[in-house]
Amino acid sequence: MEKFTTLTSLAMPLDRTNVDTDQIIPKQFLKRIERTGYGEFLFYDWRRTATGEPDPSFVLNDPRYKGAQILVAGKNFACGSSREHAAWALANFGFRAVIAPSFADIFFSNAGKNGIVLVKLSEEQVAQLLNNAKTTLGYQLTVSLEDQTVTDGRGFKASFDVDPFRKFCLIEGLDDIALTLRHEAELDAFEAKHDQDVWLKARS
Amino acid sequence: MSNEPKTLFEKVWEQHVVAEPKDEPTLLYIDLQLLHEVTSPQAFEGLRLAGRKVRRPDRCIATVDHNVPTTLEGRSNIVDQIAARQISALNKNCADFGIELYGVDSPDQGVVHIIGPEQGFTKPGMTIVCGDSHTATHGAFGALAFGMGTSEVEHVLATQTLPQAKPRTFRISVEGELPKGVTAKDIILAIIGQIGTDGATGCVIEYAGSAIRALSMEGRMTVCNMSIEAGARAGMIAPDATTFAYLKGRNHSPKGADWDKAVAEWSKLATDEGAKFDRELTIDATKLAPYVSWGTSPGMVAPITATVPDPATGKTEIERKGFERALEYMGLKAGTPLVDIPIDRVFIGSCTNGRIEDMRAAARIAQGYKVSPEVSAMVVPGSHEVKALAEKEGLDRIFREAGFEWREPGCSMCLAMNPDVLKPGERSASTSNRNFEGRQGRGSRTHLVSPEMAAAAAIAGHFVDIRDWKVKEMATPEVKA
Repeated sequence: MEKFTTLTSLAMPLDRTNVDTDQIIPKQFLKRIERTGYGEFLFYDWRRTATGEPDPSFVLNDPRYKGAQILVAGKNFACGSSREHAAWALANFGFRAVIAPSFADIFFSNAGKNGIVLVKLSEEQVAQLLNNAKTTLGYQLTVSLEDQTVTDGRGFKASFDVDPFRKFCLIEGLDDIALTLRHEAELDAFEAKHDQDVWLKARS
Repeated sequence: MSNEPKTLFEKVWEQHVVAEPKDEPTLLYIDLQLLHEVTSPQAFEGLRLAGRKVRRPDRCIATVDHNVPTTLEGRSNIVDQIAARQISALNKNCADFGIELYGVDSPDQGVVHIIGPEQGFTKPGMTIVCGDSHTATHGAFGALAFGMGTSEVEHVLATQTLPQAKPRTFRISVEGELPKGVTAKDIILAIIGQIGTDGATGCVIEYAGSAIRALSMEGRMTVCNMSIEAGARAGMIAPDATTFAYLKGRNHSPKGADWDKAVAEWSKLATDEGAKFDRELTIDATKLAPYVSWGTSPGMVAPITATVPDPATGKTEIERKGFERALEYMGLKAGTPLVDIPIDRVFIGSCTNGRIEDMRAAARIAQGYKVSPEVSAMVVPGSHEVKALAEKEGLDRIFREAGFEWREPGCSMCLAMNPDVLKPGERSASTSNRNFEGRQGRGSRTHLVSPEMAAAAAIAGHFVDIRDWKVKEMATPEVKA
């Protein structure tokens, strides 16, 4: 996993609430068995008109935001399906941070495992950032995971909460399975005892 | 463990704690992982790349459901090569890693959340995971069951554990007797409509109260299934006599002395008197009505007697814009009575409403009627076991005679990954769980309803208030001398 410390980038405003993972990566792309190559399918239907042409009114197609690595969105971002393909698509497209008032639980976990930092700010702060990103050409934000702050160099400064362990993993780019296997002795002992519980056996 | 009164969730959680490292999430033991073709290939690939094995193949089961065609012809020759490749990848992965697979040709194949309980894998007090957000279904048995992403699928395959932050607890008590025509589906749609699609984010919901206790296991599964649509990590219902009656004698249920021991343990799981929840909500079941979703989020629901709401009633500017966008996408005008909305397609099935009781309920409405000539309707049983039982009861004949198609099991039009797709602009009455933009095909317009409401809409060609439906009595089968 790629390490994350501080990121300064253009901010792309996605002024919608309850953006679901079906929109982030539509189902037809879930049939692939690869883990890479999802970036081109990010927001596939929203990027296109009914006739399949690129929709110039959708923010991902707006040349002003080309290369943005920070996405700013409304509350309950990435709700719905558990598909990690949503995190893969965002990361593969180039996003390393998403700022929103709230995130769905499963996506929260998926994003962390793909080096995407999720920044939870208040509705008012997000509204301000959405407005700034829409009205200020070349609007950039800096997300510092170490300091847990978002700044725009123009007077905006907000701090955000992050679970210390998640922060540690993101900064170090750590693989979860290896971390868990530090507890293998405890796991072996637990499992030997737990396997005696006939009421919790998968098979009888 | 202390003697403090505990919730159902806390009891299950505590019995699965492997380690509680300082400043880190709890390491939780997982009793059962369910796998399917869509969210597992990259997990198995990850194991291969790292040279890891599956720690407990006996605590895994796999099936194919999301991609499989629902016609016999389609199944014998899957023309979608990408889907076929994904299905064969699961076959190979299960063979390579020693995992039992309920494949396309298995007599027990079906939607993963239907076959788990049906085969007796799902049990009270278990921790159950799957790379699928509707895993909460299994919480109906008093299991802690939740969905996860593919990295976590790999993590559980490798370690049989998951690092988890402890969720908050939220009890929703549904009290009183449900009015006639109001179903488990309406309970959960009403809850989501009331608390919103992020109303339970970070929480495990326990559904309680007399209306929940009165539900069958099928109904309880419908309620728990859509917990994710309220943002919840999981939904749970305490196991009771209804649960034990369902489990007894199933393929993988404990037998003999083990059964008695299991029932004794499972009976201890119910929330203790006086246990504290982080949040509580009480809903009056007697006030509920049949619900229909009108927008592009499962929180956008209204009773069948209502009209399409005016976006101006949205509480914030961003919500008003969301309503406007939803109505535009759905091709609906504010003020239109829901019963006046004409439909093109009907889908009865899915992990939400694809069980035998759902089939019976829909057949009871369809009996003796004909599907509207304007409507194309299909019934997709959730598993081969559901299909076989329905056929034994003659439900397939009722559906076919009424003009419904009777299909092979799978997820089908719930997410339209297989050939069962709506055309742009087509409007469906669907017993599934999500009405997101494009969920049933690009430009598709989905209205979520109960099986009874879907069957009635198929016949009328538009939504109807099921409470006014005239049920034609089942004809007595002719006995030939």
